[in-house]
Formats: sequence, C-alpha cells, structure tokens
Amino acid sequence: MIAELGAFALSLALTLSILQTALSAAGRWRRSPVLAGAAQGAALAAAGAVALSFAALIYAFVVSDFSVSNVAANSHTDKPMLYKVAGAWGSHEGSLLLWCLVLTVFGGALARARGLPFGLKASAVAVQGALGSLFLAFAVFTSSPFTRLDPAPFQGASLNPLLQDPALAVHPPLLYAGYVGFSVCFSLAVAALIEGRAQTAFWPAWGRWVRPWALASWALLTVGITLGSFWAYYELGWGGWWFWDPVENASFMPWLAGAALLHSAVVTERRGALAGWTVFLALLAFSFSMLGAFLVRSGVLTSVHAFAVDPQRGLMLLAILGVASGAAFALFAWRAPQLKGGGLFAPVSREGALVLNNLFLTAAAATVLLGTLYPLILEAASGATISVGPPYFAATFVPLMTVAFIILPAGPLLAWKRGDLPGAMQRLAVAAVLALVSALAAYALWEPRKAFAAAGIGLGAWLILGSLAEVAERARLFRASGAETMRRLKGLPLGAWGMSLAHLGLGVFILGAVVETGFKAEAARALSLGQSVSAGPWTVTLDQVRVVEGPNYLAEQGRLTVRPSNDRGPAKTVTAERRFFPAGGQTTTEVGLDFRGLDDVYVVMGERAGGPAEPAWVVRLYWNPWVRLIFLGPMIMAFGGLLSLLDRRLRLGVGPRRRKAP
Amino acid sequence: MRRRLILLIAPVLALMLTAAEPAAAPDRPLADPAQEARAQALFEDVRCVVCQHEAIADSPAGVAGDMRRLIREEIAAGATDQAVRDDLVRRFGDYVLFTPPVRAGTWLLWFGPFALAALALLVILVRAGRGAVEAQPLSPDEERRLQDILANEKLRRDLDATSPHDGR
Repeated sequence: MIAELGAFALSLALTLSILQTALSAAGRWRRSPVLAGAAQGAALAAAGAVALSFAALIYAFVVSDFSVSNVAANSHTDKPMLYKVAGAWGSHEGSLLLWCLVLTVFGGALARARGLPFGLKASAVAVQGALGSLFLAFAVFTSSPFTRLDPAPFQGASLNPLLQDPALAVHPPLLYAGYVGFSVCFSLAVAALIEGRAQTAFWPAWGRWVRPWALASWALLTVGITLGSFWAYYELGWGGWWFWDPVENASFMPWLAGAALLHSAVVTERRGALAGWTVFLALLAFSFSMLGAFLVRSGVLTSVHAFAVDPQRGLMLLAILGVASGAAFALFAWRAPQLKGGGLFAPVSREGALVLNNLFLTAAAATVLLGTLYPLILEAASGATISVGPPYFAATFVPLMTVAFIILPAGPLLAWKRGDLPGAMQRLAVAAVLALVSALAAYALWEPRKAFAAAGIGLGAWLILGSLAEVAERARLFRASGAETMRRLKGLPLGAWGMSLAHLGLGVFILGAVVETGFKAEAARALSLGQSVSAGPWTVTLDQVRVVEGPNYLAEQGRLTVRPSNDRGPAKTVTAERRFFPAGGQTTTEVGLDFRGLDDVYVVMGERAGGPAEPAWVVRLYWNPWVRLIFLGPMIMAFGGLLSLLDRRLRLGVGPRRRKAP
Repeated sequence: MRRRLILLIAPVLALMLTAAEPAAAPDRPLADPAQEARAQALFEDVRCVVCQHEAIADSPAGVAGDMRRLIREEIAAGATDQAVRDDLVRRFGDYVLFTPPVRAGTWLLWFGPFALAALALLVILVRAGRGAVEAQPLSPDEERRLQDILANEKLRRDLDATSPHDGR
C-alpha cells in the first residue's frame, strides 16, 4: 500500500511539474502574478510530492518489503538499518528518485526566492519545471522504484557489499545536491536568454542572483566528490584516491565548469562584463551533470561505479540531455550576439585574471571531457579500442592547471579595470621567495630526490603563501599598527575570507597530492603469523588472524602491529578484514588504517596464500605520506564557498524571510 | 521448489567457487631494486584486461598477477620499458596501456586541450587589441572631466589613507 502511495506521489509530482511549467509560462506571457504564483505553489507541491514518494521508498526498505522489486534486488533482512535506509539510493531507480528529489527541492527554493524581477523569475520557474518534468517522466515511465514482484521472494539479493559503508548515507545525497543544484543556474541562464535584456544594468544583478546557487552547488559538489574519493580510498583497498575513472571524471566536469562559473559570475556581478560567457558556463555546468547521469547509467562505459542499466534507458537519458541542453544552447546561439555586457577592462586587471582562470578551467574541463569520451567515439568511428588513464591526464590536465595555479595568487591582488602587475608581484615577492625555498628544501632534503615533486611542493606552498599574502595585504600587516590590522581583518567581508580560504585549501590539496604521488611506497608479501613486511619507514607484523561473523558477512580479520622501522616512535595495532558476503557471493576488503600525523599507514588483508600446514596471508602495505591533506584541502575549499555564501552581499534572494532594509 | 533449492545452494556454491579460483601467486619482487622500480612504474600504466578501469598495480585479479609476472620476467631479461610496452600492445592491443598511442586518430585527444587553450588565448588577445583600437581619443572637454574625476578619486583615496583617525 505504501509503495503504491509512493508511485502515486511520483506521478503526482510529474503532473505538478508539468503544471508548474505551463502555469509559469502562461503567467510570464500574460504578465499575471496570479498564474505565476500558482506555478510557484505547484513547484513547492511537486517537491513535497517527491519527498513523500522518497519517504515511501525508504519505508519499503526499512520494513524489507520484498514484494517491491527494487527492495528485493537491493536489500536483505540481515543488513544493518543504516544500509537499509541508504540502500534506497543505492540502485539506479532509487538514486534517480533522489536526483528528482533534489531537482524539485531546488525548484521549490527557486520558487520561494525573493528579489528576482517578475519576468525572469517566472521564466526560470518554468524552465526548472520543464527539467523536473523530463526527469520525473523518465522515473515514472522507465525507472519506477515501486514496481511490485509477484510472488514476493522471502529474501532480498542484498546491496553490493562495496556500497555497504556509512559513506553511502552521505556521499550520494551531497553529490546529487551539487550536481543538481546547477539546474537552478541553468534555469536562470535560460530565463535570462528568454528575457533577452539588452540593457547593461541587468547583468550585474543577474550575476548576483545566480552566484549563490552556483556557490552552494559547487561547495556541495566539492564535499560530495571528496567524500567519494575518500570512500574509494579506504574501501577499494587499492591505496589510491583518484583513478581518472570515467565516472569520477563525470563528477569532475561539472565541478570544473562550476568553478569557472563562480569566477566569471563575479566579473558579471561586479563589472557587468562577460555576461554571455557566464550564461554559457551556467548552461554548461548542468549539461555536464546530465552528461554524467547518462554516462553512469547507460552502461556505455566500464567503471567501478557505474550502474548496470540497459542501453534502452541510457538512450532515453541521452535524449533528455539532447532536448534540454540542445534547446538551451540553441537559444544561447541565437541570443548571445545580442548580449551586450558593459565594463571594458585592460588585459592586466582583475577581470583579465579571471578570464585567464576561466580559460584554463574550461580547457581543463574539455580535457576531462575528451579523455572520457574519446575512447567511446574512437571505437564507434573506427573500431579501435584505446584506454585513457592517469598518464594521459598527467600530460594534459596537470600542465594546464599548473599554469593556472602559477597565475592564481596574482589575480586577487590586481585592481578591477586596470591592474598594477609589478605592484602585485612586489606584494607577492615574500611568498614567491618562501615558495621557492620550500621547493629547494624539499628537493635537497627529501629522499628519494624528485624534481617534479619538489616543484609541486613549491606550487602548493605558492598558493598557500599567496593566499596569506593577499589577506596580509588587505589587512596592511606590518604597514599599519597592530590595532589597525585587527580592525581591517575584522572588517573584511566574508566573501573575501571565503576566496582566500578556498585558494588556500587548493594549495593544501596540491601539497597532499604531490607528496602522496611522489613519495608513497608500497609492498606486498605473503605473511605467516609473526612475519613482517616493510614499506617506506614502516614495518607491519601480522600478529593474529581470526574469523569473525558480522551481521551479514563472514570475515577473516587480521590484527597487525604497525611500527616505525627504526623503532623511533610508538607501535600501534590495526585490524584489517577480508569480508565474504554470502548473500551476493562477493568479497570485499576492510582496510586497516593507522593515522600518523598527515600520513596513513594503509594495510590490506589479501587472500590466503600458504598451505594448511603453515597458513599465510597476502598482506599489502601502503605508506601514503601527507594523504590526509588531499581530503582536508577540498574541505577547506568547500568551507570557503560556504563563507562566501553567508556574505551579506549575496543574501539577496535566498533567505525568504529576510527583507532588505529600505 | 527447485528454484528455492538453487537459491539456497547458490551462496555455498559461490563460496566454493571463490575458494576454487586459483589465488594469484604472491608477487615476487625483482632482486634489483632499480629493475623492480621500473616494473612498478609500468604496472601503473598497464590496464588489467578483465577488470573495470583498474591498473594491474592495483588489481587483485589472477590475470593481473600473471601480467605483473610477465612484465617482471621481461625486465629481468633485459627488455627496455618501451620493448615491454610494445610487447604488451602486440599481445593485447592499444587498450592495454592507459597511455593512448599518439597517431593521426588521437591527435585531437592529445593536442586538443592545448590547441583549445591557445585558440582561446588568441581570441582574447585579438579582442583585447581590437578594444584598444576602438577606444576613441578623448576630446579636450572629456579630458578635463576625466581629470576632475581622477582628482576626486585621488582625494577619496587620500581620505581613506587617514584611517588611523577614523573609527575612534
């Protein structure tokens, strides 16, 4: 009964979304606030209906209602409650419902947004409703999670054990919130194209309206991707954190486009320039999100993360992408020549720096797009199969971003319109010297010597010190009295803090990524009890192996001692498991992690290797120096985004209850 | 009834199958650390042919273990990195390397990103140049107004600089 209620609510949401589009378009056409208001009501009701439907699905998972085929395929009575709930979005159908939920909730938030002019808002609500209708129709007609099974099986097939991790509870919702949040930017961009404002005064305001949505989505996506990366790091047992896997790339493309959008929206907001480009990026970010949905769900690519879905439904997703993005970009091609943003600027200026930022971020996104789609296109066109993996991205993506990072710290120190490059360089001199010193020190002191890694450390230090130099400059550190500096620091707008933190977080990430990639060490050996294996400065001894029984798995659990090879430092005990899930017949590894400062000592229990007389287990040991910075850096970046979002100047239009004082 | 029986047996069968699958022989690193380092570097670039986007360096699959052994043997026999790669491509095709080949069909893949960045830079520079040309010289009247505005701005900046006295 509850499942039917869920299916009904889903259909209702589809009807409401269509209604939202029609009413809002009519309201815009007839300039009727009543119709537009009704459309906003429909948007809120649609969000409510999808939420109801989602709750029904979670209920079916919680009570293990195996007469619902999605529950039977993805759940099991023995599964812990957390994974029963999170299992609701562990499959294609369930995660699509989550996608629709986020889409309609953002639609509802857009409907409640204040301060937008009537026409723009009505158009945006209509476009958002159209997006909702497309995806809800796809869910209702091809991927309903509420289909019944008759007869119902006694037991479910359980969820893929790789997914049975607390991260499943938070990673997909955050990732989707980021992905789909860009839909509002998309809707606002299409609305701006429809409204076709030629007057220059329109664009700074539009930049201000679109920026909070872009910031929120980008920050959420940052956290979502980072969590996913951390999850893959400790769950897959490969010791790596980013594999340039096609599905990782699918989430990275909207992130790059979103990062470019954030920066170009600043130019549009502050100077009214780059309006067409900002609109383009807003369309691009959500198009990449939809492309990702297609890639992950169509089965066209092989990946650890892909949902196994039939090509039929993949084609329909491609059609949705084609209709939504095709229409939007066609409109863009038609209207863009008329978009006249004001604001002339010299090449050396804040605007110029942000244009360069956009150039490199977009080229980087294009690289990821090429690397992801090229094998598919080449195979379709010529039958040749190639693999595009980490070495390709190291040779293309990395140099492009490196140039961008070298330029980055100068950007915030340049004035709008016409900047003073020698002045900015002078103010960055200390940071540059210190960064150079850290690179040279890393080269001289860190064994084995690696020029690339040392240069990378210098680059990370350059970003961190450059951000600090920028804050110091704003606070007039050492040039004014201490009290004056404090006063200035307190007076800095949150947006400025947010930007500096985000750039600093990027530097922290680069430090971690470079040191981890350059100096990690690994070793694998078959160990009997009492034997050891060493990697880098660490030695791990296998003390004990026992069989433990989990709620829905059997595991061989190894207890191992991690100690520094030179015995200078405390020893710690970690446990690593190899789990067997009878329900699906799969085996997973639970990594043993010894967290040492910024480093991880990472231990994986492998299969049994020795004979019955002297049992042995293959133990893989990884030393991942500074790996924690890889996950800390993006969190700092996301926090910076959040701070910017809280900036007073951006609050307009987001908080429905907050009115601007006259 | 039979179906249910299969359902019951399946997990046991799976367990047996897992146990029966020959576990990859544990890796024996090469004695020469320099050679082993070269082998490890190659493992990162070689795709496990039965896995999903996994390098043989990471994969626990039996085939990956065999490929690692093959590469170690070739290196021990004195093959250069390039010879090992060529041999792998001959056996498994271009697909086996994570580094795509550079040939006419992949020029767009390899040079596209840089070409795009260069083209965009060119467009921006041309536009910036054209913008400079389009700027008309100011008339004497405009010049005077500009000077006024600049002077005012300077005045404002000076006020700003007297900050030790404000806020008290």
